Amino acid sequence: MYQIIKQILKTGIKTEAPPGPDDALRAEAQRLNKEILRHVGRALAIRHVDAGSCNGCELEIHALNNAYYNIEGLGIHFVASPRHADMLLVTGPVSRHMEIALKRTYDATPEPKLVVAVGDCGCTGGIFSPTNSLGDKGESYASCGKISNVIPVDVAVPGCPPAPIALLQGILTAISGGVKAGNPSE
Amino acid sequence: MRLDEFPAKFPKLPGAMPIWHGTVDSTEFRNLCEQVQRGGGKLVALWGSDELARDAGYALHTSLVTAIGMLCLTLPVNAERPSFPDISDLFPAANRMQRAVADLLGLHASGNDDHRKWLRHGSWPGSVHPLRKNFDGGTVFPTETDAYRFVTVTGDGVHEIPVGPVHAGTIEPGHFRFSIIGERVLKLEQRLGYKHKGIEKLFESMTLEQGAKLAGRVSGDSTVAYAWAYAQAVESVAGTAPTPRAAALRAILLELERIHNHLGDLGYLGNDVALAFGFAQFWILKEDLLRMNHETFGHRYLMDRVVPGGVACDLDGKGRERILQVLRHLEKGVGILKDIYDEHAGAQDRFLTTGRVTPDLAAQLGLTGMAGRASGQAWDLRAQFPCEPYDKLDVRMATHINGDVAARVTVRFEEVQESIRLIRLILDRLPAGECLVPVADAPENAFGVGWVEGWRGEILIALHTGKDNAIHRLHPHDPSWQNWPVLEHSIIGNIVPDFPLINKSFNLSYTGVDL
Repeated sequence: MYQIIKQILKTGIKTEAPPGPDDALRAEAQRLNKEILRHVGRALAIRHVDAGSCNGCELEIHALNNAYYNIEGLGIHFVASPRHADMLLVTGPVSRHMEIALKRTYDATPEPKLVVAVGDCGCTGGIFSPTNSLGDKGESYASCGKISNVIPVDVAVPGCPPAPIALLQGILTAISGGVKAGNPSE
Repeated sequence: MRLDEFPAKFPKLPGAMPIWHGTVDSTEFRNLCEQVQRGGGKLVALWGSDELARDAGYALHTSLVTAIGMLCLTLPVNAERPSFPDISDLFPAANRMQRAVADLLGLHASGNDDHRKWLRHGSWPGSVHPLRKNFDGGTVFPTETDAYRFVTVTGDGVHEIPVGPVHAGTIEPGHFRFSIIGERVLKLEQRLGYKHKGIEKLFESMTLEQGAKLAGRVSGDSTVAYAWAYAQAVESVAGTAPTPRAAALRAILLELERIHNHLGDLGYLGNDVALAFGFAQFWILKEDLLRMNHETFGHRYLMDRVVPGGVACDLDGKGRERILQVLRHLEKGVGILKDIYDEHAGAQDRFLTTGRVTPDLAAQLGLTGMAGRASGQAWDLRAQFPCEPYDKLDVRMATHINGDVAARVTVRFEEVQESIRLIRLILDRLPAGECLVPVADAPENAFGVGWVEGWRGEILIALHTGKDNAIHRLHPHDPSWQNWPVLEHSIIGNIVPDFPLINKSFNLSYTGVDL
C-alpha cells in the first residue's frame, strides 16, 4: 500500500485542459434543444459501439480514459448498456454483419440521444469502401459504408484514427448547442 | 514424399525468411501435414484462391512450420468437385479456417462433419462465394438475421448467457455463448465474423502499391506487424531488398508497437481485478510512448511507416535521444509497477490459476504467440528464424509453463523489458544509408510470403500476384485464428466474472480474423 500511495503522489496530476467545441465537425444541424443539452452536458453517458472498425479508433477511445484526457473528470463516462446512454460513439465502417446490431443499439438508446461517428471509416466508409461501381455511399457486399448510411449522425470526427483530443472535441461539440458550420440558415 | 525432402525438391522463396513453396496432390498434401504434426510442427494459415481464369480450377494453400522454417503447400482443387482433405483432426485450429474457405470460396473439407458456416452471417446467401472471381464485390444483398447452430449443453440447472455482439466495454464485436451452472462455466462457444468487411476482396482490386495501406488496417493494434509482413511479401516477389537501415527502423517500430500494446493490456488487467491504480499508471506510460511515436515518427500508432521498399520515416540524433529518454522513463515506471503487481495479494489471487491452458493442451490445440509462450510453447520468430536486424541481437524469448493469467502477465512484463533492450541495441548500431529503395515490378503469377512476430504472435501475409503489379489474391493471417478456440478451453471451470480478465489476458483480435 505504501508503494502505491508513494507512486500516486510522485505521479501528480497529469490531466490537461480539454478542447473547445468545433462546429466544423457537425454532420447535421443541432437536433436537441439547448435546454436538454445544458443538462446532458454536465453528466453525459456514452455507449461505444464498434460497428466494424480495424480497432485503431478503439485504441484512441481507450486513451480518452487515461489521466491526460481524463474524460470522466469532465462528467462524461462510458456505460455498459445503450439503455443508460445519452450518446452513441460509433466506429466504422458499418459491416453488414453489424447493421442489425447497430440499429437495435440505436433503438435501445432512449430519446433524446446523440450519435458521434468516429474515424475516417465512420465518416465516409474510408479505406474499406471500394471505389468501383458503388458510387459515393461506400457500400460493398460486406460493408454498409459510413455510419450515417445506417443511423442518423450528429457529429462526425475524421482521422485515422482521430487523436483523443479530436474525439473529445467531437463529443463536446455534440453536447454544445450550435449550428452546422457553413450553413447559417439552419 | 518425406518431409525433409521438401526443401530440396521445391524452391525457397526469395527474401528475408526461410520459406519453401511447392505444389502437391491431395495425398501428398495430407501426408505432409501428418508428418509436420507428428514432428511437433504447427499450422500457420490456410486459404483458398480462384484460378479459373488460369484454367486451373481452384487452389487450396496452407503454410506449416517445422524446425527448418515454413513450408507452403498449394493443392490444385478441381472446379467440378471443389473439395480438399480435412486437416482439422491434425490441427484443430484448421476447423474455422476451413469453414471460412467454404464460406468465401465454396471449397469444402471432405471428411469433416462440421458444415456450419463461419464468416458468413445473414448478409449474403450461402450459394454466393465472395472470393470467386466472377462475384462483383459491389453486389449488395438484403441483410437478414443470422441463424447459427450453437452447441447446446443440457442438464439440470444448466443455463445459457448470451453476450454480444455489442459488449459492455470498449471492445470489438463478437458473440459469446456461455453454458453455466451457477457461476461455473461448463462451456463457452464463440461466434465471430461480425466485423467481416470484405478485406480480401478489396485487396484483389488493388495494386501492390495500394495494398500497403489496407494491410496496415487489417488490425489497427498490429499495424506495424501487418505492414512489415506485407512489405516482406511484396519485396519477395519483386526481388527487392530493404536497406539495413530500413530493417533496423522497422524493428524499432515493431518493438514500440509491442511495448504500447503490452502496457495497455497490463493496465486493463489491473483494472479488471479492481486495481484501478494499475490502469491509471500504465496508461500514463502508454500515452507517453504514443506521444513520442507521434513526435518522432509522425503517427501515434505508427501506421503507414513501414512500406514496401523500406520505411517512410527516418530518425535523426534528436529523435534517437527522444526514444532513449522515453525508454528510460518506461523502464523505471514499469519496474516500479511490476513490484507493485507482484506484491499485490488481491491482484495475484485473481491472476494465479485463472484461465489456465496447460502446455499439453496448448501444444495439442496449437496455441501460438505471446499466449503460447505463457503455456510453454517456445515459438518466437525473432529468436528462431530471425531476419535482419534480429539475427544479430540474440533475442531472449520469454516463456513460462503455468499458462494462467499470471503467466501471461509475466510474459508481457518480460517482453516489455526485452523490447526496451532490443531497441537500445538497434539504436546503438543503427546503420547509415537510405530508408527507402524503389521496388521492382513483380512478375505475374508469383507467390510471396511475409512472416513477422507481432505482439500477439506470428502475422502472415500470403501474396499471389496478377498482371501489371496487381494483387491476384492476398490472405492476411492473424494468430488470433489459432488462439480464439483455445480461449474457449481456458474458461472451462472458471467463474463467469473471471471471463473479462481471462479474455483481456489474451486480448485477441476480432477484425484480424473476421477479414
